[in-house]
Amino acid sequence: MRIVLERRLTPSRNMQYLSPLLAIVLSLVTFFIIFVLSGIDPLKALYIYFVEPLTAVWSIEDLLVKAVPIILIAIGLAFCYQSAVWNIGAEGQLAAGALAGSIIPVMFPSLQGPAVITAMILMGIAGGMAYAAIPAILKIRFNANETLTTLMLVYVANLFLDYMARGPWRDPAGFNFPNSRPFSEGQILPVIAGDSVRLSIVFMLVAVVVAWFLTTKTMTGFKIRVLGLSPRAGSFGGFSRDKMVMLTFLISGGLAGLAGICEVAGPIGQLRTTVSPGYGFTAIIVAFLGRLHPFGILIAGLLLALSYMGGEGAQVAIGLSDQTTQVFQGMLLFYVLACDSFIYYRLKFVREPVLDAATVR
Amino acid sequence: METKSAGRRTRPESGALIQAIGISKLFGSFKANDAVDLTIRPGEIHALLGENGAGKSTLVKILYGSLQPSAGEIRWKGQSVRIPSPSAARKLGIGMVFQHFSLFDALTVTENIALALADRSNRAALAREIEKVSLEYGLPLNPSSRIVDLSVGERQRVEIVRCLLQNPELLIMDEPTSVLTPQEADDLFQTLDRLTARGCAVLYISHRLEEVKQICHHATILRLGKVVAECDPQQETASKLASLMVGADVHVLSADTPPPTSAKTRLSVRNLSLPEPHPFAVALHDISLDIQAGEIVGIAGIAGNGQGEFFDALSGERPAIRPETVTIDGKPAGKLGVTARRRLGAAFVPEERIGHGAVPRLRLSDNVLLTRHATGDQLLRVGVIDFSGMKTLADRIGRSFDVRKSAVDPEAGSLSGGNLQKFIVGREIDRQPSVLVVSQPTWGVDAGAAAVIRQALIDLARSGSAVLIISQDLDEIFEIADRVAVISRGYLSEPVPARSLSREQIGLMMAGLGEGKSMAQKETAHAHRA
Repeated sequence: MRIVLERRLTPSRNMQYLSPLLAIVLSLVTFFIIFVLSGIDPLKALYIYFVEPLTAVWSIEDLLVKAVPIILIAIGLAFCYQSAVWNIGAEGQLAAGALAGSIIPVMFPSLQGPAVITAMILMGIAGGMAYAAIPAILKIRFNANETLTTLMLVYVANLFLDYMARGPWRDPAGFNFPNSRPFSEGQILPVIAGDSVRLSIVFMLVAVVVAWFLTTKTMTGFKIRVLGLSPRAGSFGGFSRDKMVMLTFLISGGLAGLAGICEVAGPIGQLRTTVSPGYGFTAIIVAFLGRLHPFGILIAGLLLALSYMGGEGAQVAIGLSDQTTQVFQGMLLFYVLACDSFIYYRLKFVREPVLDAATVR
Repeated sequence: METKSAGRRTRPESGALIQAIGISKLFGSFKANDAVDLTIRPGEIHALLGENGAGKSTLVKILYGSLQPSAGEIRWKGQSVRIPSPSAARKLGIGMVFQHFSLFDALTVTENIALALADRSNRAALAREIEKVSLEYGLPLNPSSRIVDLSVGERQRVEIVRCLLQNPELLIMDEPTSVLTPQEADDLFQTLDRLTARGCAVLYISHRLEEVKQICHHATILRLGKVVAECDPQQETASKLASLMVGADVHVLSADTPPPTSAKTRLSVRNLSLPEPHPFAVALHDISLDIQAGEIVGIAGIAGNGQGEFFDALSGERPAIRPETVTIDGKPAGKLGVTARRRLGAAFVPEERIGHGAVPRLRLSDNVLLTRHATGDQLLRVGVIDFSGMKTLADRIGRSFDVRKSAVDPEAGSLSGGNLQKFIVGREIDRQPSVLVVSQPTWGVDAGAAAVIRQALIDLARSGSAVLIISQDLDEIFEIADRVAVISRGYLSEPVPARSLSREQIGLMMAGLGEGKSMAQKETAHAHRA
């Protein structure tokens, strides 16, 4: 007897929306079991993780601050994934954006003001775009697999960032700490609400709305969807796959770059050897958990930001390792993808002989 | 007893190696094989002949264990056996060389073969073994070459050697010469002779009657899932074999199809040549064709003879080098893409419904937009989609072509094949295109839907459009085409009036005897004399 996945004739539409919720529930159940097995009071742990961060104004603000870069990046990634372009290198594109956006404040510290901030933002976007264009060109010109190239380019960007922060751009007055000089007030995004919510939240909300309009209402969104679902039908429709590969890479690179510069010219306030605790990778989970839909991504982004917050709280309160957060995020992605598989396939137990791979064609 | 003259082959007088008795295979209600009997003797090359859809692949898959028969029995050397899987078939002594190879480009010959043979752990010994076998059977191969550097003929040798290393007693070859040059084919025939000299039997699937006559001892001919004849191909004429394959009845023209009267050329192809895009594709050779307003031209041919490549060249999915190669309504379009060609008034229906003609996971209204976004239907305003306009169009197409659907605007993939085909053909005809190119208009479609589609094609042509249908279904071509041309190995014969052709003549041309243009011209001359 063997187990096969059989394609469903009509995938359920409801399950497409329920699947992320189911994944969240399954992740929580698994988390619960893990806590029980490791001798931690599971209810208390889950409370610290997922409820406590929502009980204080400052931590809700912090939640929003963390959600902004994650959602920005995930919005961009959703464009890629809809067209079946598997860009998993947003972390590197974020670093490239942070580096490019930091050119002015590091090299010309005297330049300040709204115009300078605008220029920094634009340079950050351009940096992320340029860095994302590399795997796009490799894919178009040489058919190089973007899953590999984008991931490898993450390490290139992060090591280059590390080098710049330790070497040429290190703050001469910084007691040899591997940081750039701290940015001045006129080089940092202004706080627009509470103590720490900056202008970048507006960028994020604009990105969500614009992305929603682009994907659901325009021909560009239609082309991206068609090429992602059936490339051959896309070319029959007269759409250029190469153009869409480049476009989706530029959109996602640009948004990751924007997230990068908003971090350094925001909560961080200087260029460091690392500028992101893995937002570029978390955004992949957010994109899928949000069904690649901008509004879904908004909600999923807040949830994943919550897991970062909860992780920090649990570290302090019950001494849980900060790896726990990554375990939770990984588990969530696993369950989303697993639940999604069952939308399109059903499990079947078969008693017939196994077909040879060479003959299944 | 028997006098063996040069080139004359005699079927060995021995007991059966493998016998299929009363094999039937049902797919739903469709009988792909209907009580098929087949006996192969050791040491013979046994041809399996038939049109597309005659049931050849089904039968072979049953013998090779990748399909299970619905009824019937297989006997191997007299013993009744069940072949549950290809690996069981290989253990029994049955090897198969597929039309499309399964080799890893980046690996060497030895590495590729080692992957298939789990019991050979010593790579160097395997390489020596490969060399020995390849010399023995006249299949020169360097075991350390990488597949990517090999020609198609050499790749086939790798596949054959891989089979031979398992000491098969029966070798099944699926259209082995379709990818070979004539020289490579001759080499292959010598190898087959050496194999049979050692007592190995070969089941040889081919459409090419000349080569079947040249190398095979015996032939079994299938039509519509049934064995229609068994014969010695050397004794029969190619035309006899062809008529057995396609059915002997001569076409009777249906009376309600008046010949076209207008003489305006709407679609013109001039000296279209395109190299093959990949090793398994077919190159197009100097194709020329004119289609007038009001007529339907049918292109017959066996699958894989360049139909797909020709369609892509016409639709602009693969543009040509010179603009004058394809002319649509008097305007040179050879270099234009598919959208620009649609703007000139052309419309296209590809062979593959799912994933080429339509996106299965999108709604019907979205699928309207796929080909109608630039054809003057006002579905876009500065890049913003008019959803209600799309729905109106989808409804109109659904009503006029009787598309039966489960919901108002369902996903394309949820429609049955026939209904989806009606929708896709309807989507294009609804535009009233001046030129319509349709590939396999009724492939896998039930009779009712096929009739709707064929009638719509005739109506479109009679309203002044030029219609080109590429089809493997001869009945369909005879039913609706005014003129017929045959495509074979990328060559297109001169189109001739359908009423002047018999099925036998078409069958011969499809089997490769009409290549170049000589045959077709001879046929035309003959038809004119008659």
